[in-house]
Amino acid sequence: MANLSPNGLLLGAFEQLGSVGWLFFKTMKNLFRRPREHQILLQQLEEIGVRSLPVVSLTAAFGGLVFGFQTYTGFHRYIGPGSETYAGPIITLGLAKELIPILVGLMISGRVGSSMAAEIGTMRITEQIDALHSLGANPIRYLVVPRTLAAFFMMPCLVLYGDIIGILAGYFYNVILMGVNRVIYVQNTLMYAEIWDVATGLIKSCVFGVVIAIVGCWQGMETEGGAEGVGRATTRTVVISSISILILNFFISKLLPATLKGG
Amino acid sequence: MIRIIDLHKSFGPKKVLRGVNLTVKRGETMVVIGQSGSGKSVLIKHLIGLLKPDSGEIYVEDVEITHLRDDELMRITKKFGLLFQGAALFDSMTVAENVRFGLERYTRLSEEEMQKRVAESLGLVGLSEAECLMPFELSGGMKKRVGLARAIAYRPEIMLYDEPSTGIDPIRADAINDLINKLKCDMGITSVVITHDMVSSYKIADRIAMLYDGEIIEVGTPGEIRSSENAIIQQFIHGQADGPIKDW
Repeated sequence: MANLSPNGLLLGAFEQLGSVGWLFFKTMKNLFRRPREHQILLQQLEEIGVRSLPVVSLTAAFGGLVFGFQTYTGFHRYIGPGSETYAGPIITLGLAKELIPILVGLMISGRVGSSMAAEIGTMRITEQIDALHSLGANPIRYLVVPRTLAAFFMMPCLVLYGDIIGILAGYFYNVILMGVNRVIYVQNTLMYAEIWDVATGLIKSCVFGVVIAIVGCWQGMETEGGAEGVGRATTRTVVISSISILILNFFISKLLPATLKGG
Repeated sequence: MIRIIDLHKSFGPKKVLRGVNLTVKRGETMVVIGQSGSGKSVLIKHLIGLLKPDSGEIYVEDVEITHLRDDELMRITKKFGLLFQGAALFDSMTVAENVRFGLERYTRLSEEEMQKRVAESLGLVGLSEAECLMPFELSGGMKKRVGLARAIAYRPEIMLYDEPSTGIDPIRADAINDLINKLKCDMGITSVVITHDMVSSYKIADRIAMLYDGEIIEVGTPGEIRSSENAIIQQFIHGQADGPIKDW
């Protein structure tokens, strides 16, 4: 039975942290070792990247629309009519730096992280991971490395795609629906928004990708107890990776400079 | 060829192996019998490095394997073929892909040779027509036979069989026994077979070891085991509910 005393919980937390840290360390150690599993890497790039496009499109479009709506309302109500043209840079900043990386991260942790945990968890309980080992395939190199690499490379692509969709949705709401001056809106966006805003989101998304893959693989590898165990692993993957994304987002935001322009 | 010395393994408070000692000679078939849950599968998983013991040593051809690093261990596992209790087929791959998995990693065969070896291995287990099927399309017994074809495809020196006859009808089980004997005679494969099927044990074993309460309590030829005076062995081989074994 689990030890529910404060010491027991603390010890359990450190044990879990050690376990996921050890998996991360072994993954990094195996990152450049041969044989490389190119086929699985390609499959994972497709699974994480291409197959996530519909959900990212919807999330980014509605995220952009609602952010555009609230920004328009804010400027219109508190600063006055005409000031809505400044919504462009605010939307770009908010979406590219914070909202899209977080939304995409949460969506991918739900769609991809849980599926990694379920797939690897099922392999664990049906002895397929032991079979990999017995047939000369290092399970870390075969299962974890390609998934981590694919998530690392695909998350920024998805976030960049989401940024474009979201910013266009914000433009659509303000300029097309609410009649904000198109030229000034675009001019303000180009004048105040920075490439660094987008780059910050991309840096975050690489970290989120690694977190999602490592947590999903870790939970899969630790699965015990049949179908119930697989269910538990998928739920825990979504919860742990979502919380980690939200916490890490704050710290990365604080760590990275707000702007690369002087002052 | 394999020496197990004072092997201990616990899972939490449960002590599964309490000092197992066993030697398997080159070319022999050693059958390990014991009750369900007695630690037979745990023992076999130590031999291939899937589990690390709490203490004790395992020598495979004079190499102590319990302290090897992953890459060093891989060189040793190449000598082993393992038939899993539940077959453990990769469910995202076809039967042929499953069988060639080990070939791709352990051998340097050409594509043509690999295809030939896959067909040959599946032929040995009577599943020549199943190459393109997915594991979900197979019955339990067929999965087991594909698992066996996969394990023998790269011609390992040592075969480990975890309950080879479980889930297979008696005729197929006998065919598997014949195959185990054939592999021993034709290729000199050393085998460790985990089972509680006494009919199979007598047919394939050169020696039988009984695992009870985490220890090997007796090792002998099938004849010696049959005539053993140990009441535990007699109860087990005759499948009697009454006797010194109570924890069933």
